Amino acid sequence: MSAFFKLLFRNRLAAMGAVVLSAILLLVLITPILPLNDPDVTATADRFKRPFSEGHLLGTDHLGRDLLSRLLHGTRLSLAIGIAAALIAATIGSAIGIIAGYFGGRTDNIIMRGVDMLMAFPYILLALAIVAALGPGLMNALIAVAAVNVPFFARNIRGITVGLAGREFIDAARLAGMGHSRIILTELLPNVLPVIVIAMSTTVGWMILETAGLSFLGLGSQPPQADLGSMLGEARSAMISHPHTSIVPGIMIFLIVMSINLLGDGVRDALDPRLRSGALSRPRATTLVERVGDTPAATDDLLAIQDLETQFHVGQRVYRAVGGVSLAVKPGECLGVIGESGSGKSVTALSVMGLVASPPGVITGGAVRFQGEDLIGAPYESLRRKRGDRVAYIFQDPLSTLHPLYRIGQQLAEAIKSHHKVSNAEARERAIQLLNDVRIPNAEARVDNYPHEMSGGMRQRIGIAMALANAPDVIIADEPTTALDVTVQAQILTLLDDLRRDRGLAIIFITHDFGVVAQLCDRVAVMYAGRIVEEGPTQVVLDAPAHPYTKRLIACVPELGGGRRELDAIPGLPPVVDDLPAGCAFAPRCDKAQDTCRAGTIALAGPSSRAVRCLYPEEAI
Amino acid sequence: MVSYILKRLLSAIPVLLGITIIVFLIMSLIPGDPATAILGSYATPENVEKLNRDLGLDKPMVQRYFIWLGNMLTGDFGRSFSLNRPVIDEVLERFNATLILAGTAFTLCSLLGILAGVVSAARQYGFADKAITFVVLIGISVPSFFLGMMMILLFAVNLRWLPVSGMFAIYGGGDLPDLIRHLTMPALALAAVATGVIARLSRSAMLEVLRQDFIRTARAKGVPERRVIMGHALRAAMVSIIPILGIQAGFVLSGAVYIEIVFQWPGVGRMLVDAILKRDLLLVQGGVVIVAACYVLFNIAVDVAQSLLDPRIKT
Amino acid sequence: MPALKVDDLAKTFPLKKPLFGPAPPGVRAVRPMSFEVATGETLGVVGESGCGKSTLARMLVGLLEPSEGRIEIEGSALDTADPAEFGKLIQYVFQDPQSSLNPRKTIRQVMEAPLKQLHGMQRPQRDRRISEIFASVNLREEFLNRYPHEFSGGQAQRIGIARALAADPRIIILDEPVSALDVSVQAQVLNLLADLKLRFGLTYLFITHDLAVVEAVSDRIIVLYFGAVVEIGRAESIFANPRHPYTKLLADSAPVVGKPLKAPEQKGLELPDPLNPPPGCAFAGRCPRATEICRTNVPDLNEMGEDQLAACHHPLES
Repeated sequence: MSAFFKLLFRNRLAAMGAVVLSAILLLVLITPILPLNDPDVTATADRFKRPFSEGHLLGTDHLGRDLLSRLLHGTRLSLAIGIAAALIAATIGSAIGIIAGYFGGRTDNIIMRGVDMLMAFPYILLALAIVAALGPGLMNALIAVAAVNVPFFARNIRGITVGLAGREFIDAARLAGMGHSRIILTELLPNVLPVIVIAMSTTVGWMILETAGLSFLGLGSQPPQADLGSMLGEARSAMISHPHTSIVPGIMIFLIVMSINLLGDGVRDALDPRLRSGALSRPRATTLVERVGDTPAATDDLLAIQDLETQFHVGQRVYRAVGGVSLAVKPGECLGVIGESGSGKSVTALSVMGLVASPPGVITGGAVRFQGEDLIGAPYESLRRKRGDRVAYIFQDPLSTLHPLYRIGQQLAEAIKSHHKVSNAEARERAIQLLNDVRIPNAEARVDNYPHEMSGGMRQRIGIAMALANAPDVIIADEPTTALDVTVQAQILTLLDDLRRDRGLAIIFITHDFGVVAQLCDRVAVMYAGRIVEEGPTQVVLDAPAHPYTKRLIACVPELGGGRRELDAIPGLPPVVDDLPAGCAFAPRCDKAQDTCRAGTIALAGPSSRAVRCLYPEEAI
Repeated sequence: MVSYILKRLLSAIPVLLGITIIVFLIMSLIPGDPATAILGSYATPENVEKLNRDLGLDKPMVQRYFIWLGNMLTGDFGRSFSLNRPVIDEVLERFNATLILAGTAFTLCSLLGILAGVVSAARQYGFADKAITFVVLIGISVPSFFLGMMMILLFAVNLRWLPVSGMFAIYGGGDLPDLIRHLTMPALALAAVATGVIARLSRSAMLEVLRQDFIRTARAKGVPERRVIMGHALRAAMVSIIPILGIQAGFVLSGAVYIEIVFQWPGVGRMLVDAILKRDLLLVQGGVVIVAACYVLFNIAVDVAQSLLDPRIKT
Repeated sequence: MPALKVDDLAKTFPLKKPLFGPAPPGVRAVRPMSFEVATGETLGVVGESGCGKSTLARMLVGLLEPSEGRIEIEGSALDTADPAEFGKLIQYVFQDPQSSLNPRKTIRQVMEAPLKQLHGMQRPQRDRRISEIFASVNLREEFLNRYPHEFSGGQAQRIGIARALAADPRIIILDEPVSALDVSVQAQVLNLLADLKLRFGLTYLFITHDLAVVEAVSDRIIVLYFGAVVEIGRAESIFANPRHPYTKLLADSAPVVGKPLKAPEQKGLELPDPLNPPPGCAFAGRCPRATEICRTNVPDLNEMGEDQLAACHHPLES
């Protein structure tokens, strides 16, 4: 709770809203004890007095009533009615939404049909119809405003509830023997409540506006009682001759609604966990570069990653996702990068072409050289020209990485047309050719499909075709088969292997699977906590792993044909990269670790093609 | 596509029936003797009797509903006693004026709102974003009727740029430039809130989309950033923006009631408020049903537009 | 008496009736299948996405009502749709450990629910039981007052296992219990599961898509394809000596260190359309051995060698 308020008031606008709103609330709460004139006493002799006149700070209205007094009493009424309407609508609407969303099926269907009917009205028609039937009056306006907002809450909360009801913890609660009402009250409600609060805080202002609106039309509060809306409505006829009678209540409504909106946005941001981590910021076109230190000198590799350091800056924390990685590929070579989640393997891959989402990603050191030219810190246009043309990517999840609304032919053609001037017909011809290259049957027809019309394996073939579109020199494949079934994985791996042999492609293949690395890659680099701990020719590393981590990782993964057995588990957890220990990051989990392992940085050392970052390696290299 | 439109039109029938039922039920909420309640205590006995006959109040409720429904289907919405003319004639004439006002405002708020949202998202935390966010915040916090009144004071009374109110000048008006001069202020005042809402939601829709994997894919294949934003991102964001437009159309139509009052625009909203104050319930009933039915049809058009954009919707 | 016996268990999901015309036949997620699990056994269930393994699991724990067939636990039939009835006999460990814990409840509240609801235990009794269980899954008791988001995947999965144990069940259904975990943590959880089974005399149904994992933990294995059992056999021999061509395709596809990369022999690439299933063997479209009979007649599950059954018209030689 205190964390919530801290977050809320860190937002300066929300704090401002809170201050204004509390001031207004305080003022209207003490209104009855303030030495004010009676708001309803008329004095026609004093009509239309200007603001700051004797005895009437804000002047008087067309019947000579004190405007300040009427304003405060009116504000009191408007706020009370608006908040009451919001509470009523939220309670009834949320109850309906939770019941519909939780029980689903027929209950849901019937309730939501009714809600849809109500939402088929422009809201004011419904409100007007209700007021027409019940007659003008403040309470009837309240009922009307609450009623038209019930469907809004019901639909909103139902959506959230459906999502939650499908979550596994609800299943778990049922298996723990809980009944429906207990699940709704103890499992669902605590999770829905923040959403209800958000929905309320963002609509209270709106409901105050609506009740004021009905009063403005003369359908809400009836004379002599006045809320802000009816004050404005009564002042309208004298608007041109005596504008202050309109401006005073108008500005009050504006202040109330604006402060509630500011506060409501703050509440939403503070309660919505997605916004909390700053996740809703837009990734820039290229990763931010803030390099310190020297740029390593050029080499003659096709693509060389040199001492790369990429960090994530989240609030005060710095996650060292990649802490000085060097890798290089030659034409026709396949390099495997293997590691667990959080080892920095994907971030390394994405850093190459500046595709790490920024914020929060920042490249803080090192270089990436393509044919000797440094890509990090290169101007956007020069980087863009190489993206997909010289260095192409294949990503993990083929459903989310293809644009859902473009035909695959369009997406392939676009990859070509972003780099080469070709006609539409030519690009389409090329797209069909590419589909044939990745062995998609019936390419002429498939080129006009949308991604959702294809299976996962087919979509990943499209991903590969897109990477091949401009005959690049290097392909970076970031776990391209992890989301696929094992039979499909075998097909995709074979395809990649054939393509690289036929075309002399260099591939950097990111994976967590030793079996895949063994089948596809010439060389392999093993990553742990943002660093390479071992590298060498695949066969050598797999047969005689030198780093204890590599050795134990291989041992703890069951392999087909190994039979039933006890697995040699690695104790403990991989470290979090915002708080790395000094020395070897694996030392806390390693049974060979000595004090020297924890003392200082350990270098990656070894003969030309083989290296290990360990003081006490398993094998001499 | 044609079959999808037909299907949607068919599915509108139960919704339209539901609307008539809801209106009917609300109208039967009237406490006490309906005829007297409608006509007020000063009503002449003839009027009460006539109204009882008009509404068929001697019959059971279900039967009354079907009689009313049957009459509506033949275009008979009853007679407005306060205007002494058929409800349908009055509503259609007034609705025409409302459509001009609301249609203009809706076009304005859609274009401006989406544009502002896209610019705001593409320049997140930049100057343009902050300026737009500030203006939008004011826009959604000002009551449209107050905004309208302030516009009249400034542009009509003080600066004398535009006419104070009405749809056409009383003398010598009636042509298009005259209409536009009269339309400008009410349309802007009406569009203000919806523009703000659309801009905010477009901004967050764009930000949401820009984080998606397929945007990274587009960048990875070297698509120029301008096209990433205006092509890939906006197109995907439209999937969530279009339904918002549908909802905001309802809000614009609703807001038109206030604006019509402030600017003396001869639309259906002003007619409804007058009818309520005069207790002319047949006029209210007819007006509500006809406007709601049009809104239902508009929402079908929104759904069709959505299905054209998004191939994942089964047509 | 087997711990779990399933007879002709099937699930059909009805499709929405179109505006005109009759309702289409539903999607048959699980075709009628029968099998037994002996007390103390681990039965592996393996198959690719869309094979019906999760639907099967949810029916077994009572979260989904079967369309036909019956489930027997230790000789007594379970035909109520009340999950609480199931809860005391059979429990479920979910694939995604984070999502199976209510984010707004402390671990103690999570652990107490089955003790209170299923066993009606009082406070001191519950505390004692929770301590016992936490000790057996190697979790520290100080975790009890924390919230789920404070735990890593491996720890959260231990909590999920502890919750299942709290119900004191006879059988635990493990639905991809390690798929969401990092490889170095997978082994810890798999070893823990093996240890708990011995200690508490549990029976496991272990569902996964990972052939190597299922082979390492199971006594017997069932291979599913398109909602039907295609082969049942002993864990140590089923992938080495498959009789069904689909089992062979699976085994050949799994990447193994030292095995050269080569696309396994198969014709088609795609799974059959669940809305429009083929009349005969579902695998016929991809099968190199398929003949006319495979496209018309659904093969029965037949005894093929010792402890091995396969549903194939043209089984592979052993």
